[in-house]
Amino acid sequence: MSRLGLRLLTSLFFLSAAVSPVTAQPAAPVSEETVHEVAAQLRCVVCQNLSVADSPSEMASQMRAIIRDRLAAGERPAAVRQYFVDRYGEWILLSPPRRGFNLLVWLFPLAAVVVGLATVTLLVRRWTRRRDVRPPPVDVDPAMSERIRRELESGS
Amino acid sequence: MRRLWRWLIPLAALPVLALLAYGFRVNPRDIPSPLIGRPAPAFGLATFEGAPLSLAAHRGKVVVLNFWASWCQPACYEEAPILERNWREYRDRGVVVVGVDIQDRREPAEKFVREFGLTFPNAQDLTGAVSVDYGVYGVPETFFLDRQGRTRFKHVGAVTDAVFRANVDRLLAEPGSP
Repeated sequence: MSRLGLRLLTSLFFLSAAVSPVTAQPAAPVSEETVHEVAAQLRCVVCQNLSVADSPSEMASQMRAIIRDRLAAGERPAAVRQYFVDRYGEWILLSPPRRGFNLLVWLFPLAAVVVGLATVTLLVRRWTRRRDVRPPPVDVDPAMSERIRRELESGS
Repeated sequence: MRRLWRWLIPLAALPVLALLAYGFRVNPRDIPSPLIGRPAPAFGLATFEGAPLSLAAHRGKVVVLNFWASWCQPACYEEAPILERNWREYRDRGVVVVGVDIQDRREPAEKFVREFGLTFPNAQDLTGAVSVDYGVYGVPETFFLDRQGRTRFKHVGAVTDAVFRANVDRLLAEPGSP
């Protein structure tokens, strides 16, 4: 047996030993993907802008274990998420729910882009229009233009 | 029309400035706990001496639940003697101090308890289940539970004599039917 396999087995053993007293019913197989999916939505409480899925901190790994245990006990991913929200508040969610005051977070960038685009189009239009406007042809006295021509020639 | 436009741009910036001003004045670490006023989550741990430690055993008392860690310098070191002193002063008046050591190793934690001569029950939360149940995001954090077993106040940072007394006295003054 490969060393990796052995390590996997021992860790599985410890994992099952850790999980079994918490969940009396036969533990449903929990895919790590589901654990990751829930963990990725939660803010690591001891980090700055890191999810529970990405943080190497002990707190985050304990939280991942709690997520795993709860999923194994048959809880839906949404219920596990709610468990954390009930304790930490909406702050724990990396993306705030789209309602109420939070909508500002979602709508503000959109509004900023719209306003920015409008400003740019307005300015571009103004600049291009100015280029079209040519100075009106000036009426020059033919005698005067003849004199300018002569002076230019003699000056060179 | 042109005049209106000239005013509109600085006016549009005002709400943005107001939002920024609000945002920078709020402490991002100061997050209100949704647990306040709700029944405190139950737990069952074992103290460093191996005795069972549960919240249910202290029903009817005012509970000061303190989350700490031996690596939490200096706040946990500042508050440990204060907690011990106040526990001795209040223990006969229906108050219990409970310490929960989180994200820690056993040896330094035991050394911490020994060093400060802590006599109130202290237990290790090895899985982090209790700290997550209480929405703890750092140490030290202290919860003040009323006689009905509800979480009433949360204090982030080292507990001072004033904080301990103010919260505990307030809860003791409440008519509490166990």
